[in-house]
Amino acid sequence: MDDLETQNIELQLLLQAIYLKYGYDFRNYAKASIKRRVQHRMTKDGFESISAMQHKLLYDVSFFETLLLDMSINVTEMFRDPGFYFALRKFVVAELKKFPFLKIWHAGCATGEEVYSMAILLKEEGLYDRTQIYATDMNEIVLKQAKDGIFNISRLKQYTANYQKAGGQESFSDYYVAHYDHVVMDKSLKENILFSDHNLATDGVFGEMNLIMCRNVLIYFNRELQHRALGLFFDSLCTDGFLCLGSKESIRFSEYSDTFEDVVREEKIYRRIS
Amino acid sequence: MNNRFEAVVIGSSAGGIKALTAVLTALPKEFPLPIIIVQHLHPDSDSYLAQILGAKCELKVKQADEKETIAEGVIYIAPPNYHLLVEEDRSFSLSIEGSVNFARPSVDVLFETAIYAYRNKIIGIILTGANNDGHQGVKRIKQMGGYVIVQDPATAEADAMPRAAIAATKVDKILPLEQIGPYLLQLVNRSTKKTRYNEK
Repeated sequence: MDDLETQNIELQLLLQAIYLKYGYDFRNYAKASIKRRVQHRMTKDGFESISAMQHKLLYDVSFFETLLLDMSINVTEMFRDPGFYFALRKFVVAELKKFPFLKIWHAGCATGEEVYSMAILLKEEGLYDRTQIYATDMNEIVLKQAKDGIFNISRLKQYTANYQKAGGQESFSDYYVAHYDHVVMDKSLKENILFSDHNLATDGVFGEMNLIMCRNVLIYFNRELQHRALGLFFDSLCTDGFLCLGSKESIRFSEYSDTFEDVVREEKIYRRIS
Repeated sequence: MNNRFEAVVIGSSAGGIKALTAVLTALPKEFPLPIIIVQHLHPDSDSYLAQILGAKCELKVKQADEKETIAEGVIYIAPPNYHLLVEEDRSFSLSIEGSVNFARPSVDVLFETAIYAYRNKIIGIILTGANNDGHQGVKRIKQMGGYVIVQDPATAEADAMPRAAIAATKVDKILPLEQIGPYLLQLVNRSTKKTRYNEK
């Protein structure tokens, strides 16, 4: 047995320890990314091995929180992939207008940039007042940031460009107030958003949705966990409900392929048909 | 599967499209290994690199898909704006975690994870580029007992990336651009034939 195999055993034990002690289940995440990030934390903090790190992890909650932030990727942006939001406006909004009341679930919303993007889009399309948005993430630290709706000003130029490419109808600056190095999103965008803790690896269905957004979350899961999450989305969607995945994710090649039709294939917008 | 090598990974940046073309067009249709490439591109550039190279190479060229099983004799390109990772079962996964060495996709991320899957049976190649991405990756490949080829900085459109790789570890070969493809072919053929002979 070589060192790499021993490290795999250590990693498996570490993920088991995290699950048993803290309830976060990374055991069915795609391994390469988790392993790389665990190893980088190990090197950065001067541990000799993953096992040595496990000891600290079990007895030091703050160290666990650091590692949790390393392991859960919270990179996001406003109107990420503007073409997706443009397609949403063009091909999905008219369908959403047929529902008297809308429930939208953002699964794995991270720091919330895409939730606010959706709220803006719904406002401009006259749908916001009849919509309830559920924004969920497994990580309470990032969820709090999402709820606060305060973002660093450094990326605003890009967000404004994204907003325009996404078919934005107003001036993007109407939706925030700038304070020194950050911006505070307009309070009215938050009125119909419920931020809450939900883990796609361990939690279940909590309501019937008209649209589910889960973009760039499934790429971190192995096939088994992807299957679980897609099953959860299938069970949560009403018939004719929409599922939006990340640009490199797909429902095709999964067991749920036949239960969804393409709405905008290249933007990974699907609709439940059975 | 007793061959000395089982995969080739390549990192390139500024000037990389020309350099990749030079290397990859030297390889015949029968080239037996998968070739996995990170070329730094503009985040919005989509799949045009796979199209450009596909039109010129004898080998099949495609953008790597998430969860796709890696096949022999195929050239895979990392999608723009995503890191490309190799899983131990020799399939791909993608990630949008932050830039590494100011790059996404990052050469280091590909190389470091390719080692998990291919151990010492890997050939890493660093071509032209104006940053230092890949230097950690080549170091790891050498630590694991793999093989590293670096483009001679004097023949590189941007020499920072090859220089960083050469400074990071004792690389096996430093070659002018036009010799890299033929050398790679020779290296792989030699190791494959030797194994076949031993099996007899």
